[in-house]
Amino acid sequence: MSTTLSLDGRPIPFTPGQTIMDAALAAGIYIPHLCHNPDYAPHGSCRVCMVGVGGRLVSACTTAALDGMTVESNTETIQSTRRSIVQMLFVEGNHVCPACERSGSCQLQAVAYYVGMLSPHFPQFFPQRPVDASHPDFMIDFNRCILCELCVRASRDHDHKRVFAVSGRGLASHLVIDSPSGLLGDSHFAASDRAAQVCPTGAILPKHRGYEQPIGQRLYDQAPISVVGDLRAQPGGE
Amino acid sequence: MGEPVDSKVQAFVARSLGLYGQAPEYLLQHLIAVQQQFGWVPPTAVDALAAALDVAHAQVRGAVAFYAFLHDQPRGDFDILFSDNITDRMLGNQRLVGLLAERLGLGLDAPRADGRVTIGLTSCTGMCDQGPALLVNGQAVTALTAARVDRIADLVEEGVPLERWPGAFFRVEDNIRRRGLLLSNPATDGASLRRLLDGGADAALAELERSGLRGRGGAGFTTALKWRFCREAEGGDRTVPRFVVCNADEGEPGTFKDRVLLTSYTDLVFEGMTLCAGVIGARLGFLYLRGEYRYLVPHLESVLARRRAEGLLGKDILGQQGFDFDIAIHLGAGAYICGEESALIESLEGKRGVTRKRPPFPVISGYQDRPTVVNNVETFLAAARVVQWGGYWLRGEGTDQSAGSKILSVSGDCARPGIYEYPFGTPVHRVLTDCGAEEVQAVQVSGAAGTTLAPAEFDRLLAFEDLPTAGSFMIFDRSRDLLDLVRNFAAFFAHESCGFCTPCRVGTALLRNLVEKVAAGQASAHDLQELRDIGAVMRQTSYCGLGHTAPNHVLNTLDKFPAIYRRRLRSADYSPSFDLDAALASARALTGRDGVADHVEEEA
Ligand SMILES: Cc1cc2nc3c(=O)[nH]c(=O)nc-3n(C[C@H](O)[C@H](O)[C@H](O)COP(=O)(O)O)c2cc1C
Ligand code: SF4
Repeated sequence: MSTTLSLDGRPIPFTPGQTIMDAALAAGIYIPHLCHNPDYAPHGSCRVCMVGVGGRLVSACTTAALDGMTVESNTETIQSTRRSIVQMLFVEGNHVCPACERSGSCQLQAVAYYVGMLSPHFPQFFPQRPVDASHPDFMIDFNRCILCELCVRASRDHDHKRVFAVSGRGLASHLVIDSPSGLLGDSHFAASDRAAQVCPTGAILPKHRGYEQPIGQRLYDQAPISVVGDLRAQPGGE
Repeated sequence: MGEPVDSKVQAFVARSLGLYGQAPEYLLQHLIAVQQQFGWVPPTAVDALAAALDVAHAQVRGAVAFYAFLHDQPRGDFDILFSDNITDRMLGNQRLVGLLAERLGLGLDAPRADGRVTIGLTSCTGMCDQGPALLVNGQAVTALTAARVDRIADLVEEGVPLERWPGAFFRVEDNIRRRGLLLSNPATDGASLRRLLDGGADAALAELERSGLRGRGGAGFTTALKWRFCREAEGGDRTVPRFVVCNADEGEPGTFKDRVLLTSYTDLVFEGMTLCAGVIGARLGFLYLRGEYRYLVPHLESVLARRRAEGLLGKDILGQQGFDFDIAIHLGAGAYICGEESALIESLEGKRGVTRKRPPFPVISGYQDRPTVVNNVETFLAAARVVQWGGYWLRGEGTDQSAGSKILSVSGDCARPGIYEYPFGTPVHRVLTDCGAEEVQAVQVSGAAGTTLAPAEFDRLLAFEDLPTAGSFMIFDRSRDLLDLVRNFAAFFAHESCGFCTPCRVGTALLRNLVEKVAAGQASAHDLQELRDIGAVMRQTSYCGLGHTAPNHVLNTLDKFPAIYRRRLRSADYSPSFDLDAALASARALTGRDGVADHVEEEA
């Protein structure tokens, strides 16, 4: 039995058990996303991958593909909704793109371009968040954390360490480190961990390698994320 | 309470571990016990629990930071939390908070220098018919007046332990005003369990199906179907453990009927849970009780003990070999989201109450990833009666799609607030007449997450097909400024969002800030459109029901009561949220200049 769904009018084959996101990725069609990474269980928290099914919006990364399903993705209404969500992520943290080491190779920034974001739109919350530079090889800038929990999942499911967790609730939710002092330097984190590689923004950064590649020549400076995909998909990259 | 000695904390944790055991699922119960004992969760307790339960420090700290009733800093010896629902506000709680703070000489949320007392606010404590209310060290105090608050100040200053406070302070009334199918008779002797044993599970399910019973907790899922799904999960394999969970989180602002059912219809609730266990094949059940109702624990435990002695609970129930079932009480700790069934299960497992991905639904994968039935308190009670008296007994009342009756919690502006039971299909105006409400401007049906009704809609019917309701019914007369309702609910949702998904985590905070901007007279027409746009995004894209419903009150009032916003608008279209003049205040302070020329002229 062949199973096919229609994505913006294009027939997409899939195997039963796949999500809409799986099917789209396999067919090379880009649906913007931030908390999704095919190496880990779908999470569904960022809500950037919303697509239209049967007059409702659902997250592509957690919704099972069904035979004959009609899915809308690249419409102006849906892009505008996604834009609002990305803007919410921007104003909730402190994202100073022009001065950020990840500018040009940051998925948050690249997705913002993709959904046509020209300004943060909402009032900034300007949260007070510290930087943790206690680890010899890596630093964490919590200002850039978008709570996608990819580091949480990678550390738990791949590295089997549980270095990261989320604490608090509501807008006060924040990433924490599992160590007696709460500092990265006192945890079991190592530069070789998968958790060191999965951050889609510039929150988890290697030390001693600042601005190796000049801004302007980086991945998303060359081509949009809808063409080149996630950082993890890059040769030799994360 | 000052710094407890490490050894004391360790000894207490060891005792708690002896009491509840070392399963990681009991983390939250241990934390609540520690908080209760020491007035906070000291780092020593975090270390001891992380080690004993073999969970990460970050998980323990994460739980402490998630639940509003747990603290990583000391609270006062007397930790006083005023219920801050809109109904408490309408009864003047803010004046009383001010009074107590002044008498005791402290502000909100920071302990007094001598560590004697803290005062704070908390979400609705479920005493709306006898407010204003507060919690002192977790115990509910009702019917506050200036005199009562004055007396409380004395008791705190004198350091009188709670056991010696006047008993009248802690009296909680049932206030049952209208009895219908369910409330007419609290008595039971295990009749539904006998029916189950005589007729078998399929016959019991058939009665439930015939009755048309739908869940009373809000979503209205057919109860027979839920129980059947759970019974048949895992291919019906009887060796797979199953669980029954009674949702007594009752966090929706304005509801208190589950409190009354747990107080005076206790046996029926436990019987409904036992019946469910017999049908689905569960050996263990949980009553998830909101922390605000912890005063009910001794009563609930005594009923459980009596039922065990009567052979209605425990091993070989009613002499039937192999019919084993028992119920454990788990406390919540101040989190509205834990009423959502999958967040509730996370909380039962001792974790932060964050919503799970669904499907799989709890009937397939619930507590410990096992098939689990979660039902509301009222649903269990109704199920017990349906199996005892037959499906037609319930079916005979109500409407086609909403069989039976609904128990309402009525509060706000009316002569007789309390508990009212009506057949489904009763119009809103009937309730208003019965409870003595006059000059009604608006009714909030089904809580902060529900619907704001204008008078033109008072002939609408309380039923799943028109106005679904979990029972909260708050009344606002013409003397009220409905923007107070909006501000209260917007702050509630910003406080209660679990924080998992972007639109609810950020959207609830954006809405709250915009509503405050309106209240401050700083908003423009543009901001009203912003409220609508953000609300629409939250409705369409949030991960769970909390985020879907959180903007309802804003969107409803914008449509039905536009004047409460419009009369406060400062300019027709746009005004910035950034106040340049205010931002320059620190520069003026530093330079010591504060003349006319040192202020930025505002354009009107
Ligand atoms: C934010 C939120 C809060 C909820 N709070 C409660 C609650 O306090 N009590 C309750 O019974 N159901 C509550 N529910 C509904 C539960 O998720 C679930 O549907 C219900 O417990 C199922 O029981 P029922 O079928 O008997 O209604 C809540 C749902 C949401 C989304
Ligand atoms: S909508 Fe999202 S943030 Fe809000 S309570 Fe549900 S999961 Fe948590």
